[in-house]
Amino acid sequence: MSGPIFGYLQTRAPVMGPAPSLSSPELQHWQLRLDAQGVAWLLMDQAQSSVNTLSGPLLEELDQILAQLEASPPSALVLRSAKAGDFCLGADIGEFRRLEGEAAVVQQLQRAHAIVNRLEQLNFPTLAVIHGHCLGGGLELALCCDLRLALPDARLGLPEILLGLHPGLGGTARLPHLIDPLQAMTLMLTGKTLNARRAYQAGLVDAVIEERHLEGALRAAREGSLSRRPRRLKSKLLNTRAARQIVARQMRAKTAEKADPTHYPAPSALIDLWQAHGGDADAMRQAETRSFAKLLHTDTAQNLVRVFFLQEKLKALTRGDAGPVRWVHVIGAGTMGADIAAWCAYKGLAVSLHDPKADSLAKTVARTAELCRRKHLDETRTRAVLDRLVPDPDNQGVSRADLVIEAVPEKADLKRAVYAEIEPRLKPGTLLATNTSSIPLEELQQTLADTTRFVGLHFFNPVAHMLLVEVVAPAGASEETLARARAFAGQIDRRPAPVASAPGFLVNRVLMPYLLEAVTLLDEGLAPETIDRAAKVFGMPLGPLELADRVGLDICLDVAQMLAERLQAPMTPIPTCLHEMVDRNELGQKTGQGFYRWEAGKAEKADADDPPAGLQDRLLLPLLNACMSCLREGVIEDHDLLDGAVIFGTGFAPFRGGPLHYARQRGYREIADRLEQLRQRHGERFKPDPGWSDP
Amino acid sequence: MPAIDNASDKARDGRAVYLVDGTRTPFLKVRGKPGPFTPVDLAVQCGRPLLLRQRFAPRAIDQVVLGCVNVLGTEMNPARVAALRLGLGEAVPAFTVQINCGSGMQSIDTAWGLIRNGERELVLAGGAESLSHAPLQLHPRAVSWLAELRQARTLKERAKLLGRLRPGLFKPVVALQQGLTDPVAGLNMGETAEVLAHLFRVTREEADTYAVESHQRLARAHEEGFLAQEVPPAIAPDGTLYAQDDGVRPDSSPQSLARLRPVFERPYGQVTAGNSSQVSDGASWVLLASDTAVQRHGLKPLARLVDSHWAGLDPEIMGLAPVAAVAGLLRRRELALDAIDLWELNEAFAAQVLACLKAMADADFCRQALGLEQALGQLDRRRLNIDGGAISLGHPVGASGTRIVLHLAYALRRTEQRLGIATQCIGGGQSGALLIENPEAGR
Repeated sequence: MSGPIFGYLQTRAPVMGPAPSLSSPELQHWQLRLDAQGVAWLLMDQAQSSVNTLSGPLLEELDQILAQLEASPPSALVLRSAKAGDFCLGADIGEFRRLEGEAAVVQQLQRAHAIVNRLEQLNFPTLAVIHGHCLGGGLELALCCDLRLALPDARLGLPEILLGLHPGLGGTARLPHLIDPLQAMTLMLTGKTLNARRAYQAGLVDAVIEERHLEGALRAAREGSLSRRPRRLKSKLLNTRAARQIVARQMRAKTAEKADPTHYPAPSALIDLWQAHGGDADAMRQAETRSFAKLLHTDTAQNLVRVFFLQEKLKALTRGDAGPVRWVHVIGAGTMGADIAAWCAYKGLAVSLHDPKADSLAKTVARTAELCRRKHLDETRTRAVLDRLVPDPDNQGVSRADLVIEAVPEKADLKRAVYAEIEPRLKPGTLLATNTSSIPLEELQQTLADTTRFVGLHFFNPVAHMLLVEVVAPAGASEETLARARAFAGQIDRRPAPVASAPGFLVNRVLMPYLLEAVTLLDEGLAPETIDRAAKVFGMPLGPLELADRVGLDICLDVAQMLAERLQAPMTPIPTCLHEMVDRNELGQKTGQGFYRWEAGKAEKADADDPPAGLQDRLLLPLLNACMSCLREGVIEDHDLLDGAVIFGTGFAPFRGGPLHYARQRGYREIADRLEQLRQRHGERFKPDPGWSDP
Repeated sequence: MPAIDNASDKARDGRAVYLVDGTRTPFLKVRGKPGPFTPVDLAVQCGRPLLLRQRFAPRAIDQVVLGCVNVLGTEMNPARVAALRLGLGEAVPAFTVQINCGSGMQSIDTAWGLIRNGERELVLAGGAESLSHAPLQLHPRAVSWLAELRQARTLKERAKLLGRLRPGLFKPVVALQQGLTDPVAGLNMGETAEVLAHLFRVTREEADTYAVESHQRLARAHEEGFLAQEVPPAIAPDGTLYAQDDGVRPDSSPQSLARLRPVFERPYGQVTAGNSSQVSDGASWVLLASDTAVQRHGLKPLARLVDSHWAGLDPEIMGLAPVAAVAGLLRRRELALDAIDLWELNEAFAAQVLACLKAMADADFCRQALGLEQALGQLDRRRLNIDGGAISLGHPVGASGTRIVLHLAYALRRTEQRLGIATQCIGGGQSGALLIENPEAGR
């Protein structure tokens, strides 16, 4: 609930020790307080930020404070965050990015290690109180305390692996000695976070408590009735050299299945570390520093860090003072409409979903319940999500909504008819959005009385997995409308990519030449497994043909035809086999047959031959070429946004740093030359975009 | 003392109150296991579409009153749980009322009073019942045995208790069965209908014929779309769509019903499953508004509430109680039976409805038992329960009172008639009757 009375009282909830008295004015990033029992409360409170990250200055200041505490020891130390949302999000990744050379990184890390070791070695009890996110370096800091208490909203994890790294502040050494080493390695290898309950089960925290019991728990900790649980014998045995040799081998095999070691070196580096030094924490910490510095300079880590910042850049577009959307009305309960409605309800918005077919509405309710189940919501929260999603066979939600998303079939007349019916009923200020993927927005807005409120919100399938939403700006959309549409994407935890209302927008425009080239190769006699293999070797999560099967061949054909009609540039001719398959209703996963046979949501594949030389370029260069055209034509503002949008909209190999980044690494000149060679052999569709020759 | 005397001093002065809109869920027949919805789930299912089609925001509602007889332990005070789940906000007061089968009418009457007195402007009133969720309980003897076992300290004590364990001790008590038995009269509700059938000489054939007609009328209402506004579909979390009342049997005939055996008094009784109301899950809401609220939000009243009357008689003949309530109501309003255009008389049992009709037309009964000067009159079957009733669509006890008032309002609107009375018998020997007026109909 969010009533004003309880809302006001929330400000009184956090227990942060006594009012600041000790806090010396020179402290920028921390507050230090001493209570009547002689307990020191050390509150992390990074200056000029709403979140905490372990920046250099913050750590240096911690060092001063620790010196002060060593000099006049308190009875105990409580470490927690003064920020409302989280404990600490981890290291300041930007700082690492600025460091040049492995030696500088090692030096910086050694300094940070010295500081957290000092915390670990304090000779009075230390206790971390954790709420919200406690990630990476934040968790490594908490691991240096004697005890950890989690509030119910805590999420803990070491996600460095997602940036092509492993923990670097002693976490690889401390975690396997605190909890079951297998579980510790799994956490670090997957980068997954644990909620408070699971963290307690794992032994990562010593108790899960409500804020209101914090003082009681602290008392219990002082009196010794709350203490760290003894480690199990199994955990100790697993850290022995003999066990590590066996387990590490299995781990390597399993990890390689998930992430190709040639593209992702961090997992094997982490396993090496543990195998070699798992029994000796000091040696492991030193080796960790060297390994981390080495990984940080790999292309993979550099590119994944780049992707992290690309995501932050897209996220930044959601900020602004646009009023929040409280009620979303979705029209059309097909796959996209249903999944958009379900996702919005899951994310806490009130949603009405209109479809004249009550059956479709009923199916959406079941899909939404399924989403809640996959997200592990308990019964009460699931019920709340389902209560928020109101099936609306009479289209009544139109006049209540702050945002109407039209997701009816891709027919311009139909869409215009929908708008004509609803536009007079919209509240002032309500946004009207279309989820069209192929119809130019200018064509749809012809009959609107007010075009300033009209915008494209192009979601990707499946909505719950795809982070990207293209925010399409037709001529006439007001700046307020676009800002609010971007902010809405943020509200439902998606990343907006502002794109022009050009044919196919960005993602479909760049994806289609790649998919069509794959079908052309198939026509030339290559096995689908071989074609897909070439893309996966490059690092794509799915091959183009499997992707097309999942999207639906009918949809692919629609988009391809639309692009062929509207684009000036020469396009891959649509292979006849695509037409034939659609005619035979072989539409991919949804009909059980496409380029592959589908059984229980999986494509049946034969073993793939090694792709012939040059196959990768033939598939990928059309995609890169289309990216360059989009950039040159201003479909999207800059190459960073483009790279981010293509990664989050298509899954483009993240460790490559994005299509244009990859092209730049290879050299624009070389890309253009390769395209020219392909053009001479295969035709005009490979004609290099003029943008490649621009500096 | 004649039953209607307590009516005289109840004037209905105060502010005008309107029924502006309302919905109900499809009524879902209980099929031996818990259905897809709890009482509050049902209230949410029909409450959401009702609120969605209003011109005002849900937070404009300033009171919720819900009737519910079998409240679940997981949703105590279902009115409050429903209000929160419907997004009415944490500040709105909500309470639950219980007067057995009259709960859904009591909620309307109570809400009406609050608006009439000027305490509230816009009230959501209704009833919800999930008889399929009525619990199985342990017999108190079993509970005592368990308590003693828990307290037993020695092995010997425990062994002794285990020795007292008899088969049948843990046989569940069906709460629903228990609830349908009058604790004072010791009669099951079906038995009270047998008593009435006997006293008013209602035959099995009359009752069966009445039941068949109920099914035919409801089937026609479904076919003609009379219920489209009133009954939005309900959708269970597993994606099952419930678009319509599922207990209607348009193919039932006097012959097919004649084959059923009596369920309450074998072998010679006449009340069967076929001529009784069905056991069902369902909920219904109405929105009641003051004149001020009507004007502020630009609402279009469906009906004006005119008067209500509650009465009581012996629990052994509870099914006859509507006659007493109607008599009191008509007398206070100085209206003849004929002046009422449409009637909803809840079909607890066909025999009970027919006994009421016979009683109203019975001059001797009306004089001797009710203290009237003459018979109330012959209630024309063409004006009564014109779209079927609890026999064909079910009787989720707490919801039925709201349903008959709401449906009466829609039926008056559809047939362009003016006055209607909704009345029902209430287990325990009580009854309620509510007089409403269609403001659109010419006077």
